[in-house]
Amino acid sequence: MKELSLNILDVAENSVKAGATLTQILLDEEDGILTLQIVDDGCGMSEDVVHSVVDPFYTTRTTRKVGMGIPLLKLACEQTGGELSIESVTAEANPVEHGTHVTATFNMNHIDFTPLGDVCASVLTLIQGHPDTDFLFEHKKSGGVVELDTRKLREVLEDVPLNSYDVMEWIRVYLQEQYEALS
Amino acid sequence: MKSLAELQAIKNRMKDKVVLRDGMEGTRVVVGMATCGIAAGARPVLNAFVEGVNKEGLDDKVSVTQTGCIGICQYEPVVEVFEAGKEKTTYVKMNPEKAQEVIEKHLKGGQVIGDYTIGAVTA
Repeated sequence: MKELSLNILDVAENSVKAGATLTQILLDEEDGILTLQIVDDGCGMSEDVVHSVVDPFYTTRTTRKVGMGIPLLKLACEQTGGELSIESVTAEANPVEHGTHVTATFNMNHIDFTPLGDVCASVLTLIQGHPDTDFLFEHKKSGGVVELDTRKLREVLEDVPLNSYDVMEWIRVYLQEQYEALS
Repeated sequence: MKSLAELQAIKNRMKDKVVLRDGMEGTRVVVGMATCGIAAGARPVLNAFVEGVNKEGLDDKVSVTQTGCIGICQYEPVVEVFEAGKEKTTYVKMNPEKAQEVIEKHLKGGQVIGDYTIGAVTA
């Protein structure tokens, strides 16, 4: 992947496919370390599956459920000296609090750090494709926080879809203005 | 700065449009957005379709949606066009410029661009 934001888009798609009603994309930059968290309340994965998504080549692949998405993210963070971890609780194990929590850390000053790229475009792409699920995006930088919570927008929009063109344009500029205010 | 009041205004304006959309039976543009597609550059292609369809005023006839892996990863970014009563068109190795052409010639003009279809690559 040319940009980390593409890894984010790819891995967040897994959350939506896992039936998440809320997918959180949290970025935190501090002291040259970028921490990415993708947190969902989807169906979760068993321990075996968690193991296989991290390292698909060591599994006897009987389904097509597992792909290259997580290994590519793992590569992107490990090549900077960072690490990836996944915690997951299945809906069977806990019907109330289930879901998956992916955490990846990156050393932003490492020569092999993949630029974050256009993370706004990834957030917009997620909303465009999945207007009926909610996303919470948060990007903490030294100057402040960029934030978007589709649940708040949905309260205003009611039955108008989040992926209506005018709404998407509003979101795009809303995020852009927050980033500009930080720089 | 963008405000929620502005979003409220968009909502009020969109209300009637939503009703129109419900009854539409138009063309569907489907962009493959699995790992393979994303890595090959599907995000800007999707973006080009979403923007172009809107700018050309085709949004009441054409919907742009996303799908997972179509199974021909080596030809990504792949875009499928479904039209009522017609055979599906599969465009391969797309980019935003080609997307713009597909909007002009195919979605507006009704002419499939043969050179960009999977038939042209596999033939």
